[in-house]
Amino acid sequence: MGMSAVVVRLEAVALEVGAQRVLRDISLAIPRGGFRWLLGPSGAGKTSLLRLLHLEARPSEGRMELLGRDIGAAPRAALPQLRRRIGMVFQDFRLLPHLSAFDNVALPLRLAGRPEGQVQADVGEMLAWVGLRARTHCHPAELSGGEQQRVAIARAVINRPDLLLADEPTGNLDDTQAQRLMLLLRELSRLGTTIVVATHNDVIVARHPAPALRLATGRLVSADA
Amino acid sequence: MRDVEAQRERAAAARRARRLRPARSDDLGLRRGVAGKLLPFLVAAMAFLASLALAGAIAAAGFSREWQQGPAAALTIQVPDPSAKATDAPQSRLDRVVALLRGSPGIAHVRALSHAEIQKLLQPWLGSGATDGLALPAVVAVRERDGGPALGVITAELRAAAPGTLVDSHGDWTRRIATLAHSIQALAWAMLALVMGVATAVVAIATRAGLVQRRDAVLLVHGLGATDGDIARRFAARATRLAFLGGLGGVVAALPVLGLLAALAAPIAGGIADPTAWMPTLPRGLWLGLAAIPVVCAGIGFATAQVTVRAWLRPLP
Repeated sequence: MGMSAVVVRLEAVALEVGAQRVLRDISLAIPRGGFRWLLGPSGAGKTSLLRLLHLEARPSEGRMELLGRDIGAAPRAALPQLRRRIGMVFQDFRLLPHLSAFDNVALPLRLAGRPEGQVQADVGEMLAWVGLRARTHCHPAELSGGEQQRVAIARAVINRPDLLLADEPTGNLDDTQAQRLMLLLRELSRLGTTIVVATHNDVIVARHPAPALRLATGRLVSADA
Repeated sequence: MRDVEAQRERAAAARRARRLRPARSDDLGLRRGVAGKLLPFLVAAMAFLASLALAGAIAAAGFSREWQQGPAAALTIQVPDPSAKATDAPQSRLDRVVALLRGSPGIAHVRALSHAEIQKLLQPWLGSGATDGLALPAVVAVRERDGGPALGVITAELRAAAPGTLVDSHGDWTRRIATLAHSIQALAWAMLALVMGVATAVVAIATRAGLVQRRDAVLLVHGLGATDGDIARRFAARATRLAFLGGLGGVVAALPVLGLLAALAAPIAGGIADPTAWMPTLPRGLWLGLAAIPVVCAGIGFATAQVTVRAWLRPLP
């Protein structure tokens, strides 16, 4: 596999938030279409690593290459274009409360300036796939936790991202829905999306064996190839 | 098979979408916000004050022009017994005075008033025809050159050539009026600048309040790949619209006040006020200025929102 096929490459990366060093000396590489579990106890730095990969922060030290760009050297104006190629499922969903499920899922397409006809078709299809066709026009407050999580997932994948990041995406899903989500992730991975999923859910990790990145106190303690 | 179906469904959805309102959806929830509701009123208050300041500036400029260039600004010289012979030359007294004035470097323009003009000047005081048979002095209208030598020197020469000649200088008085008019004008422009500054601050504060209120939404949209320009554009579009409406409201509210002032000032300004007109009679320049106020407000709204939002986003990666 050539260099260009590596979607995520970190070399001795550290991240400081305020005076606190939340990640230190992280080196890893994930190829295109690669799937990684991101494991570790609470406070180990899983969310910080996802924030870094989502370009919500730049490394304080070390070198990070994402989607073929050296993030440390990239101008700020280059980052939005990269972010549009990254999907993120937040642990707390972060749906916009004043928008319907439809409009929340449509956000990435509209930001990318897709024609409204395509937006209507794609979002309708996606909501049907996550089983929320009947809830299309509901606002987040009217949806259950599981439904909100599915809206968040739909929003993260609607744009067919090159890199998909998920923070505890099964936390509010029942078993069947969690299975469906894993099937979706597998399918996306097969189609070439690089996926990193942070989770505490040992059952699902055991059921879907894949290479894992294990964090403890901000360090990468093991990384399966 | 499924592809064909999906395609058909997509086409149908596209047709539906075209019938729907285009995607100007309120992603950031800008339509709900207290700061937004207050903004037009604050801008309207500023536009109201700006209208008055503008009227003051334009009126002062008008007065100043009137006093400096109108007939009132001319220096008048009276030559009694104009057709008698001058003491120092073989000309009539009037011709000699005109010649001396023309030869003086401090004088820009010299014109002897005709008999008819003099009668017209006196008519308000003496009535028509009352001047018949009176030995009227000749009147010479003179305009001084700015920065020319003082009139004192030539006055002595004129008196020597045509004793009894009177030099009636309004210079001091006109200058004082002009200074006053200039001060009023400067004050009005300063007030206009101040009002614009306050309007800018109001928009900046409202925009910041809006950003703080929608912090989560803005951060999320930023994370989804919105550029600073995308986000700034949304805020600026709204600020532009609200500021324009506020500006329009302020100007409309100022119109009756300006009409009243114009009616009061009409006799002084030499104009005529028509009390039956439903639109006040205002100078054309003022109308143009008033029309520009909402546009300027919109510009302030747009530029301030753009700068404020971009500055707020800058610390984000």
